[in-house]
Amino acid sequence: MTNRLLLILVVVFILLSGASLLAGSTWMTPAQAIRAIAAPQDSLDRLILIEVRMPRVLLAILVGGILGLSGAVLQGLLRNPLAEPGLLGVSSGASLGAVIAIYYGFSASFGLATPLFALVGALLTAGVAFALSRMGGTLSLILAGVAMSSIAGAGVSLALNLAPNPFAAYEIMTWLMGSLSDRSWDHVALAAPFILVGAGLLALTARALDALTLGEAQAESLGVQVGRARLFALLGTALGVGAATAVTGAIGFVGLIAPHIVRPLVGHRPGATLLPATIAGALIVLAADLATRLLNFGTEIRLGVFVSIIGAPFFLWLVLHVRRTAP
Amino acid sequence: MSDLSLVGVTVRLGGRTVLDAVDATFAAGRLTVVIGPNGAGKSTLLQVAAGLRRPDTGLVTIAGRPLAEIPRKQLAKRRAYLPQNPQIDWAISVERVVALGLTAHLPAFGGLPASWQPEIEQALERYDLIALRDRPATRLSGGELARVMLARSTVGAPEVLIADEPTTGLDPRHALDAARRLRALADEGRTVVVALHDLDLALRIADDVVALKGGRVTGAGSAAAMFTEDRLGALYDVDARVIRHDDGATIRFL
Repeated sequence: MTNRLLLILVVVFILLSGASLLAGSTWMTPAQAIRAIAAPQDSLDRLILIEVRMPRVLLAILVGGILGLSGAVLQGLLRNPLAEPGLLGVSSGASLGAVIAIYYGFSASFGLATPLFALVGALLTAGVAFALSRMGGTLSLILAGVAMSSIAGAGVSLALNLAPNPFAAYEIMTWLMGSLSDRSWDHVALAAPFILVGAGLLALTARALDALTLGEAQAESLGVQVGRARLFALLGTALGVGAATAVTGAIGFVGLIAPHIVRPLVGHRPGATLLPATIAGALIVLAADLATRLLNFGTEIRLGVFVSIIGAPFFLWLVLHVRRTAP
Repeated sequence: MSDLSLVGVTVRLGGRTVLDAVDATFAAGRLTVVIGPNGAGKSTLLQVAAGLRRPDTGLVTIAGRPLAEIPRKQLAKRRAYLPQNPQIDWAISVERVVALGLTAHLPAFGGLPASWQPEIEQALERYDLIALRDRPATRLSGGELARVMLARSTVGAPEVLIADEPTTGLDPRHALDAARRLRALADEGRTVVVALHDLDLALRIADDVVALKGGRVTGAGSAAAMFTEDRLGALYDVDARVIRHDDGATIRFL
């Protein structure tokens, strides 16, 4: 069952990635794309493919993947189907960092200032949240994350309130909506190492997550180091989701939804959810990004907004569903 | 064999002394029941005995070897621990829950080797779970869950089983059933330690008894020596009567 599911996910994944490379304001056929890439001399098609669409597709995969993976790990760790990466304050911290970069004009003088500041913001918030929760267990981690998230959120609101001019406020607002447009290989190079290291740390928690199904006491008695799994999950989320938010802006709901889509298909085992949830997360962001390019609302609809519009009703359904089936 | 002993164990929690210089020995092949009023420190004692909580002072040994020296995984293979009111959060199948009992036996990478499947089958069969093997563990009755948990904790054939109130919330039939299964494990030569509030049940299955009050051991010995009116009355601060009849004995508090 699990193998067949993975096969289907991978096939859809390849098809969507391909479609995402070919679709946009300039449509290409697969033959055209291959010719453009194989040709030795530069052409417009080649430029669009290599400099515009490839980094965009790659970022969609990386960002969606890490969001799905982190969501699956956090839901397993906290044993709560409503957990998601934003819960630990990582996304809000990244947003605050980016807003500071935009607000003080660093982003105007240096293109990568926004993602760099966002990354620092994400790591700082997660670090403080973890330090605050060190004495307690999982619950204090959630509470510390929520507190840090609120503080960062307040900072963002303050920046919007005090924005020196409407353009600064507009720029902050658009960044907060999350998008994959105009992203270059620089963004990929900035985010990819952090996302890959973060994913590695998150993947290491799989076995602990399975044992945690029985609760923390039994997991410990089975030889699982729950404290270490908690550290890996937080560090992996801070690095991976922090870097993802840094380059794309806040994209909610992917981390919440992706694990739920695949969970029934792997027999609800938290450890077995990780890989399918990663691919499902990448699929959601790929599909949503493709949709924002294809659907024409007059002005470009932002990726984060589009995902929220689809994701929020799903979240509502989830709350009702969980309440109905909770033991 | 694998006797489990605690020597001079003291645990302080937030300035309060929960266990005060506790000495206790749990012998192999015997079922020892830990009794005492609420807040006596029974659960803490069991956690310390299981190696899940480090005592502030004192020593816990398993077959003469200090628990702190035994690597986590090796300890996990040798002793099993069942907390009070175990709960399963995801709808994984009963068979997978039982397989989780073998977590410490997993190789560094990859899943459980097929060679363990017979052990899982045996545990399912022994606890009458064959028909339930594919049922999500979140949709079990209390009695079924108790059996699943016993199967989970014994599938790796641990030398020591420590269970905290395993019969809470069970009706008489299922409580008796669980008690009998614990008894059978002790008869196989394992060290079984159980905290129990149900004294009638304790009377039926206990070989030895450790009485705990206010974090101190107030008495330890064979069940016959421990279940007396004087000792029980002093332990619970209520007058007690042990009524013996043809099919056993019952304890009444007046």
